Amino acid sequence: MIDYSKVITQTVREMKPSGIRRFFDIAASMKDVISLGVGEPDFQTPWQVRKAGINSLEKGKTKYTSNKGHSKLVGEIAKYMERKYSVSYSPETDIFVTVGGSEAIDACIRAMVSDGDEVIIPQPSYVCYEPITRLAGGVPVIINTKAENDFKVTPEELKAAITEKTKLLILPYPCNPTGAIMEKEDIEALYNVLKDTNIVVLSDEIYSELTFNSKPHSCVAAIEGMKERTVVVNGFSKAFSMTGWRLGFACGPKELIAPMLKIHQYAIMCAPTTSQYAAIEALRSCDEDVRIMVEEYNRRRKYVVNGFNKMGLECREPKGAFYAFPSIKSTGLTSEEFCEKLIESKKVAVVPGNAFGDSGEGFIRVSYCYSVEHISEALKRIEEFINEIK
Amino acid sequence: MKYEVLKLLARNARYTHDEIAVMLGVDEKDVKKAVSELESDGVLKGYKAIVDWEKTDNALVSAIIEINVIPKAGLGFEEVAEKIMKYPQVESVYLMSGVYDLNVVVKGKTLQEIAWFVSKELSTIDSVTNTTTHFVLRRYKEMDVELVCGEDDDRGQLWV
Repeated sequence: MIDYSKVITQTVREMKPSGIRRFFDIAASMKDVISLGVGEPDFQTPWQVRKAGINSLEKGKTKYTSNKGHSKLVGEIAKYMERKYSVSYSPETDIFVTVGGSEAIDACIRAMVSDGDEVIIPQPSYVCYEPITRLAGGVPVIINTKAENDFKVTPEELKAAITEKTKLLILPYPCNPTGAIMEKEDIEALYNVLKDTNIVVLSDEIYSELTFNSKPHSCVAAIEGMKERTVVVNGFSKAFSMTGWRLGFACGPKELIAPMLKIHQYAIMCAPTTSQYAAIEALRSCDEDVRIMVEEYNRRRKYVVNGFNKMGLECREPKGAFYAFPSIKSTGLTSEEFCEKLIESKKVAVVPGNAFGDSGEGFIRVSYCYSVEHISEALKRIEEFINEIK
Repeated sequence: MKYEVLKLLARNARYTHDEIAVMLGVDEKDVKKAVSELESDGVLKGYKAIVDWEKTDNALVSAIIEINVIPKAGLGFEEVAEKIMKYPQVESVYLMSGVYDLNVVVKGKTLQEIAWFVSKELSTIDSVTNTTTHFVLRRYKEMDVELVCGEDDDRGQLWV
């Protein structure tokens, strides 16, 4: 008889289940729930992109591509990074295509972090950074970003978090769940702290197309002095509504990309070929589709923020991604209590902020990747709920 | 801004002025003014519900009539179109390029009623040389709204 308790590693046994997952399970077990919980676009993948994927299947393009990705796609990614974010990467050595941004994050951390290395992770943020760091043997060092700083990382906070064991700083902007962005000046201020260190920055920019600011998104690697020490992770899930296609990429200096590529070669071999063909088309012809999506998200963003502020839940204006992060502190409930009571009494599902880190306590994450009509109904019910618990 | 207001109302005519103002980041009074001007300029012609009549007991029959016209003095395409559009049974009239000239959508209680209307009222118009009637058998999509098997939201397999 096998003793399973002796089989699984301690790190994996101790991995906490995702707080988001718990609420998803509750919501999934109830009927007629109005959800504001998902983290993927409601738009379809643009038709010409789907067509390109279909065409590639019809033509029988179902073999492996090279490890780093189809040369046409890698070429388009280089052009895209130059055109959109003014960063030059060589398609030969500085870029590879991954299974979603998720794989790029994993490969980066595994390439650079091992026993005892510290990884600075700003929170509230996406739930994968901490567990992947621990899996690699690293130690997460959390920066609790603050609402009054618009959830940006300040140079003071960064300085206080750095020790001689710090290997990696993760910068997840635009940020899930806070919707926060970091602008050029904010990153420059961090550069001043980093410049005399050997710390590498993993910049997760998966929401880079979804910014609602007068200035376009600032790629971390585009800031003076940052390129040599930054791995930029991006992908197709959010911008082009290609979540299920599982496609992303990593860009950086070859000294950082080549080791990541080694891991990718052995663990993954190559990203899905069909998705790669589709992505070539996405980068070539979807500027207008992206523009239309961003316009629509922007309308919804204003609608949602206005709605929460009007009902007395302070909601600062998120400048990126598709989440609002209103504070529920005025209700006197914890985030989990609020979300549980809300779903039980009004059948509206939102995600408690503490699922994204302790600094998310007192907040809820509300996705606005839903129609205005859907959001409107949810807001109405939330307002009823607020009035009932007064 | 007027264009943005129109786009939103064309999508959902029930958005309130306040909702539109919030979505566009402008004052409600500006939206009110824009709507008022669009109405008086004849750009905003009306607000109608999109109804899937098949799901009621009062479904009417629809037909698309293709009409060929040989224009005469005093009874050219414009005059014929304007004459046809006055009939309450006529839902829409379009001047077309191609093989026929006017596309007319007609509604009636029965097939026979429509056929009778076409033969009695439309075919008899001087200048009309030919009509071809096509009956609508099933509606799939109307005014940007899918009437058949609307897409379920199949997200929610994974929350991230």
